[in-house]
Amino acid sequence: MIKEVTIPEIGEKVESGKVVSILVKKGDLVNIDDGIIEFETEKAVVEIPSPVKGRVNEILVSIGDEMRIGSVIAKIDTEATAAQPEPRPAEPAVPSSRKPEPETVTRGKGISEPPIDPGVTEAKAAPLVDRAEKQRLDEPMPPPAPVEPQPRRIPAPASPSVRRLARELGADINVIQGSGPGGRITETDVKEFVKGARRQPRAAEHGTQSKEAAPARAVGQGKTTALPDFSRWGEIEHAPISTVRRITAESTAQSWNIVPHVTQFDRSDITHLQGFMERHAKTVERSGGKLTITIILLKVIAEALKRFPRFNASIDLDRDEIIFKKYVHIGLAVDTERGLLVPVVRDVDQKSLMGLSVEVLDLAERARNKRVTPDELEGGTFTVSNQGGIGGTDFTPIVLWPQAAILGVSRASVEPKYISGEFKPRTILPLSLSYDHRIIDGADAARFLRWVCDSLENPFAMYME
Amino acid sequence: MHDSNRKTQLVVIGGGPAGYGAAFMAADLGLDLVLIDPEENPGGVCLYRGCIPSKALLHVARVINETQESSEWGVTFAKPKVNLDKLRAWKNGVVDRLTSGVGQLVKQRKFRHLRATAAFQDNHTLNIRELGGAEYTLSFETAIIATGSYPTKLGKLQPDSPLILDSTSALELEDVPQTLLVIGGGYIGLELGSVYAALGSKVTVVEMTAGLLPGVDRDLLNVLQKRLESKFEAIMLNTTVTEMKAQANGIKVTLDNKSGEKTSRIFAKVLVSVGRRPSSSGIGLENTKVELDQRGFIKVDSQRRTAEPNIFAVGDVAGEPMLAHKGTHEGRVAVEAIAGRPVAYDPAAIPAVVFTDPEIAWAGLTEAEAKDKGIDTEATRFPWAASGRAITLGRTDGLTKLVIQRETERILGVGIVGPGAGEMIAEGVLAIEMGANVTDVGLAIHPHPTLTETVMESADLFRGTATHYYRPKRKK
Repeated sequence: MIKEVTIPEIGEKVESGKVVSILVKKGDLVNIDDGIIEFETEKAVVEIPSPVKGRVNEILVSIGDEMRIGSVIAKIDTEATAAQPEPRPAEPAVPSSRKPEPETVTRGKGISEPPIDPGVTEAKAAPLVDRAEKQRLDEPMPPPAPVEPQPRRIPAPASPSVRRLARELGADINVIQGSGPGGRITETDVKEFVKGARRQPRAAEHGTQSKEAAPARAVGQGKTTALPDFSRWGEIEHAPISTVRRITAESTAQSWNIVPHVTQFDRSDITHLQGFMERHAKTVERSGGKLTITIILLKVIAEALKRFPRFNASIDLDRDEIIFKKYVHIGLAVDTERGLLVPVVRDVDQKSLMGLSVEVLDLAERARNKRVTPDELEGGTFTVSNQGGIGGTDFTPIVLWPQAAILGVSRASVEPKYISGEFKPRTILPLSLSYDHRIIDGADAARFLRWVCDSLENPFAMYME
Repeated sequence: MHDSNRKTQLVVIGGGPAGYGAAFMAADLGLDLVLIDPEENPGGVCLYRGCIPSKALLHVARVINETQESSEWGVTFAKPKVNLDKLRAWKNGVVDRLTSGVGQLVKQRKFRHLRATAAFQDNHTLNIRELGGAEYTLSFETAIIATGSYPTKLGKLQPDSPLILDSTSALELEDVPQTLLVIGGGYIGLELGSVYAALGSKVTVVEMTAGLLPGVDRDLLNVLQKRLESKFEAIMLNTTVTEMKAQANGIKVTLDNKSGEKTSRIFAKVLVSVGRRPSSSGIGLENTKVELDQRGFIKVDSQRRTAEPNIFAVGDVAGEPMLAHKGTHEGRVAVEAIAGRPVAYDPAAIPAVVFTDPEIAWAGLTEAEAKDKGIDTEATRFPWAASGRAITLGRTDGLTKLVIQRETERILGVGIVGPGAGEMIAEGVLAIEMGANVTDVGLAIHPHPTLTETVMESADLFRGTATHYYRPKRKK
């Protein structure tokens, strides 16, 4: 049976994206969950997995195609096994290979009606062929003509000149949000879409700093300052930036411009903690997790956020209010091949160390393998960035606005410490807390970080008060 | 011809509106090109045997009808005397003037027009046969096929007789037959039927389906049909022709009205207008990778590129709707694509006009299509009885209709029936292409007193605020 692989629902508000790479080729055998393509949305790059096992019969996309959710990307023959010979490519179409009706093939731009059921839809059965048709089919046929994109239900609300401009700039008019009445797309909409400016409407949506943020963002994106011609001083190369890079650039610039940053440093003696971690490492490993200092920190910070609620809040100056979040979702900065991703661990306060060990390992792995969904990158209330695996002493992380603070973790080292009249080797963990001074004052930050350090040194102290 | 000339960057095969539109665009963009068409001047079916001569004759038909209608206004004319030779000569003069004008434009653009026919030898070579008999090959980098279409015949049913006409021979206007049977109630049959009826023939139309002009919204059609019923002898729907025999006194036709009743009648002449077929055979496409669909149209992508990457197809041969203006647009898009521009054929609206009296014109979504596709629309109708201009013309039977998307208030379709509908529809096309909404059209001042005001007032009707038609919006 031929199964169509479609682009499934990826996350809230994600309607379309771009094919960045194709991981299989025609004739490949795939298993359930093997990646078919890498799909770049506005929020993340995700791998679209195969929902079935079988042989790739047809790939209907090429790199760079703009696709919508529900679009068919490939067809997989679920009856094919390794024993079957490779289907010969470029063979004149014969009835058997005509089974999937060309009309059902949707590709590229302009698909307006995704199948209601995302994921897998069964390809149409072979049409009944009457005799005349059969005779016609028996004649050798030239290879299939270019696949026409399926007509939209209604045309995009843009004038012919705007549609032409979009095409010239390589933008799909069907995914551009129009700013005019009835969603009419203007020349400016197209240009802004191409510049990427349209893709981060959050500052405005959030209601915070909307007026101030606009020019700030422009500065952050480096749009207001023209770059010099670097080639005057030597050879240069232009490389396009990836979505992850662009998002990182935009969001750090935005934070930097909005948030008055201060960084507080402190150090914690985790000598005892190391013993604890070593003792439980095996048990945790057996459950498929990994007990690391990050896991312990998550738990301690979850507790700290309850005691210092301003660190789990956002400020809204337009409304003169602070928004306290009653949930604790902590983001973890993950260094991936594509750049920095920050998947979010939900409800950390309600989870056990064991549960977190398993969850974080899985989340980080999926972030690295492009399997993390855009939804999992949203909704954080606080962030932890652990550079301990790499090294360094201290650093000043940037708050992930609209969060209020971020904890930087550097590499622990064994240092002599003067205790009870003598120097003893102790394992010391350097911590850096960057915070938004609009919400949090220096004394609060010193207390917060001291509390975290104390709790790491003596976990039961957490529960004394 | 000199050898060095037998090579070209671009060859355009067919000199109809799609072909010459492409050729002129190519010349304007500075491409090296050859246009192949057997006629002396480009023009194709449209100019020689279609749109243009039929419109010339329809104009005459309208004048004749108006002289009869004017008796209502106290002005009477004698019964018209038709000098058929002179009328034919005038019609031919119109054609000559236009085609030689196009020929002049070829000369001004200084590209080669070969009076020849062509067939593909392979994907880079054409076999050329000039009218004078010279045969040679022409090698090309890119080709645009614009070979058009031809009238469909009824096959075995249709005996070989000069009394059986197609659109081409009907336009020759050899005589005005006493009786004429028009087979096929599409726009060609109705237009030519109208011409012959005005000239004095008793015209009967048979249509196989349940209605004339399939695809046109019924409310628009009804206005036309009412008038045609008074001009034609009979309009027989759900009726098929089962037999045609050539006799000395005409064609004996057996009609079957689908409930099994067969009647035989003799008509002096019969016009077969059951559609057109793409001219995709006999041009050597089998020597290329160009692919045809089941109906014989050449399959093309959004740039009008065939399965053979350096061969394009435009106009009737590249698919429905088979309309000159659609072909010209396609031809220009194909040339821009060849010139390397990132263009695509993506019209939001292709206008269609039936040049009967009254005319029917529509563009974009029809009301029926909107319903079929499940698009949430509302149609507003402005009856011409409320139009000052229509009343001064003595033509209050017209109707202007807008198909409006409820959510965005965008105009997605326009349908008009009435004299001059064909001219008026251009505004509808512009509105749809520009993504205009009812407020835009309602706020654009339309000249008074003209029929175009009905478009503005149809837009205002959406909110129940048309000045000259009281139809308040129902409260929700």
